[in-house]
Amino acid sequence: MPDQVLFAMEVTLNGLMAGVLYSLVALGFVLIFKASGIFNYAQGVMALFAAATLVGIMDGQVPFSHLINAIFGTDLHHFGWHVPALLAIVLTVGVMIVLAWLVQKLVMRHLVNQEPIILFMATIGLAYFLEGLSDLMWGSSIKTLDVGLPQGINDTIDRVTFDAFGYGFFIDNLDIVAAIIAALLVIALMAFNQYTKEGRALRAVADDHQAALSVGISLNFIWVLVWSLAGFVALVAGMMWGAKSGVQFSLSLIALKALPVLMLGGFTSIPGAIVGGLIIGVGEKLFEFLIGPMVGGATENWFAYVLALLFLVFRPQGLFGEKIIERV
Amino acid sequence: MSEMAAEQITADGRRIGPVVMEMKNITLRFGGVVAIQDISFDIREGEIRAIIGPNGAGKSSMLNVISGFYVPSEGEVWYKGARRPAMKPYMVARQGIARTFQNIALFEGMSVLDNVMTGRLTRMNSSMWSQALWKGRAEAEEVANREIAEKVIDFLEIQHIRKTPVARLPYGLKKRVELARALAAEPTILLLDEPMAGMNVEEKEDMSRFILDVNDEFGTTIALIEHDMGVVMDLSDRVVVMDYGKKIGDGTPDEVRNNQAVIDAYLGVAHD
Repeated sequence: MPDQVLFAMEVTLNGLMAGVLYSLVALGFVLIFKASGIFNYAQGVMALFAAATLVGIMDGQVPFSHLINAIFGTDLHHFGWHVPALLAIVLTVGVMIVLAWLVQKLVMRHLVNQEPIILFMATIGLAYFLEGLSDLMWGSSIKTLDVGLPQGINDTIDRVTFDAFGYGFFIDNLDIVAAIIAALLVIALMAFNQYTKEGRALRAVADDHQAALSVGISLNFIWVLVWSLAGFVALVAGMMWGAKSGVQFSLSLIALKALPVLMLGGFTSIPGAIVGGLIIGVGEKLFEFLIGPMVGGATENWFAYVLALLFLVFRPQGLFGEKIIERV
Repeated sequence: MSEMAAEQITADGRRIGPVVMEMKNITLRFGGVVAIQDISFDIREGEIRAIIGPNGAGKSSMLNVISGFYVPSEGEVWYKGARRPAMKPYMVARQGIARTFQNIALFEGMSVLDNVMTGRLTRMNSSMWSQALWKGRAEAEEVANREIAEKVIDFLEIQHIRKTPVARLPYGLKKRVELARALAAEPTILLLDEPMAGMNVEEKEDMSRFILDVNDEFGTTIALIEHDMGVVMDLSDRVVVMDYGKKIGDGTPDEVRNNQAVIDAYLGVAHD
């Protein structure tokens, strides 16, 4: 097989893996949007916050240590223990649930029945607040996240492809794990949505608040649940991205990469978020590989947005979104 | 009216039991507007109780007070012999008060069956995890709930549209689906907000039949609001008449029909 084709195959595979990570972030958006019609700008920062919290708990960091030290003149930094990864993840889930509850209690509850744009603005505020809170709690230095996920080249794939084509593909183990986790997460979310009464209630709330109240659904509870789910998805995304490129501020910017994914997949579709992520992932890697050299490279920075723009023009509801029908 | 026996049998053989809900001196204000002014009445088990009155009389407000969507500014709501504290509409629903809306509030994106199943939400107890895993008690519960939902669907003759997304249904059928969802909760009291609004004569007859059958078959207590005097008089056991937020009449259809204040409110009276 010619080298070009082999390279393209490898690039495609890597694109798929990167796409999974985009999908993970997009999933968080879809969850909240479906259930409450809010476009949660803070989703990326939630991923950052979750990852920073996870690292902080694992390393036994004292939360707000700078603040405490500044006020009381102490010199606290570490508790001096290390929490095992699994326990730390459980604790972080707990923190995200508390956060969800606070968001609902302090912000969203007071904005019921407001225009979507107002809710959107509130989530922008939330994003900046969370960013600051994350820095204040855990410090703003770049941290490495090691929850024991395998990293580096997958030897099996390398060997098999080398035997078959005479060229070993480079696939990162972390990407494979991320893909598996994303798949499990999606299956779990779909099962939750379809088969539990909370899932049914969630769909009901998304559809009509008044009717939901009349059949005995607590809007408050459902919204806390949704924000918790989004927090959980943010944690998973934060873990994957954090393990890949370190826990740092730029993590919150992956939220922007999720936007084109959503425009492709539609804001209301969980499978759409997955497929959209894969298309963007593969698309931008292949485009960079094939067209990049002709235009001087760095196409990955803009390809996703241009693709999203094309979708906005020709299919504004995305691939899987509910068709927008305007009755006159 | 409080002189009535604790239990009585109507002419057509239905049992009307003791008072299940009592509104005591309800007043509801929105800023300076008084929507309901010092109104008291009761609802007895098994009866069809109508609230009528001209536009803007405060009927819907009264229904919203009963279902917890509005909290009265003054007065007390007594339910099953105890004073009901101010509570959220979803809590009221969980206590066994189901309702429909004047402007239909259905889950448009879901199928008819799913909509009716949401009516069962208050009756489901098994945990999220067992349901997600679809095992044991959760499964049995889902089947039992499904059975009741199907029974209601059969009863209201909407089997043929079970799987149709609600958004595609015509108005009359939507009204019926909404009734089905409320019924699926097996409510103690069923509140109907203008169940026949915007219907043609034939649809009105159908709906009247369903209301009577529901009351007859399940013994459901029904409180309804309606514009159409003819329909109300045929359907209900007792009628409350409201005008400008005040109660101007209360009694059997015959009593109300001959009440001068009611006649004035409906036909208009010369003010001089």
